[in-house]
Amino acid sequence: MAGKVVTVTSGKGGVGKTTSTANLGMGLARLGKKVVMIDADIGLRNLDIVMGLENRIVYDLVDVVEGRAKVKQAMIRHKQFPDLYLIPAAQTRDKSAVSPSDMVQLCNELRREFDFILIDSPAGIERGFRNAMAPADDILIVTNPEVSAVRDADRVIGLIEAENKGPARLILNRVKIELVRKGEMMSADDVTDILGIKLIGIVPDDEGVVSASNSGEPVVLSDKSRSGQAYRDIVRRLTGEDVPFAPLEQSGGLLAKIGRLFGGR
Amino acid sequence: MPSLWERLFGRPAERESSAQAAKRRLQFVLVHDRINLPPDIMAAMKQEILDVISKYVQVSEDAIDIALHPSEGGSLNRLVAEVPFTKSIVAPPPPLDEDSDLEAPAQAPEEVDPPEAR
Repeated sequence: MAGKVVTVTSGKGGVGKTTSTANLGMGLARLGKKVVMIDADIGLRNLDIVMGLENRIVYDLVDVVEGRAKVKQAMIRHKQFPDLYLIPAAQTRDKSAVSPSDMVQLCNELRREFDFILIDSPAGIERGFRNAMAPADDILIVTNPEVSAVRDADRVIGLIEAENKGPARLILNRVKIELVRKGEMMSADDVTDILGIKLIGIVPDDEGVVSASNSGEPVVLSDKSRSGQAYRDIVRRLTGEDVPFAPLEQSGGLLAKIGRLFGGR
Repeated sequence: MPSLWERLFGRPAERESSAQAAKRRLQFVLVHDRINLPPDIMAAMKQEILDVISKYVQVSEDAIDIALHPSEGGSLNRLVAEVPFTKSIVAPPPPLDEDSDLEAPAQAPEEVDPPEAR
């Protein structure tokens, strides 16, 4: 078995990288995949708390890299999904404690046992980003339909291309469909036009996401949630399934289409 | 007075929506981000362009605007130089042996890009 390394990154912080990683990890586990998630944000550990695993950390990524713990010892198993594991970030160290080649080596070891290795990249384009990028087979860029987030995403895409990685795919997060309809928020088409990369998912803005993080149960598990559905779709696309985008997400809805017919855009 | 359509759907037919503004502004700034030309090189290029144009017309240096513009419909990005000038410098023309490939002064364009692309 040769697992796939999927890195989730963004450039800008606060766009929903960790939340997305948590949802994708749990969504993949829900489909019966063997998944290990690595929190590469050393010094700013967060994936553990979003996943509800914060109380069970003994060893972390830096302990593994520096040889104080075996990989197996640092992996925290999820109670609900026994094939889902987390390797947490160290909280008291900085990014320089891990090198890109450490990450490649670790992932090569994990590839033998897991279907998916999900890496939650830190924000920024420095060492932590390079660590997260080094072993990646597949790269997902999370952004919001806002000028600052899109600009940073473009910068990251440039760096990925320069490394001959990719092509990265885009998760457009926190889309407010009402605002898109009114022309007050960029649509998925606008953003993919600007960035020139393919979309893997559009996640609508949903209050349920915050309450899901609050309780440590990612929204992908909640059947009624629209953003949960969006993550479930992304997960299926990650496994190679061809899942069509709902027309509402793509075009801003029927009203917007009619509006364009009347010269609205 | 907004039309019924505009009041219903909040999208004025004429005015640019904020989403369109965001897209336009991003496309502009990303041309610069992607080309990654250091400011001193950019300044040197501007100066050289200016020096050439100044041979033919009297330009007011403060009003010069040279900028990179994004592509439209898949074409290449463009360098657009807007150089307002006061009058042409008729004489003396530059020696022909040095600048033999240059056009006559009277035909010097005030813009580097074709006008229809704007």
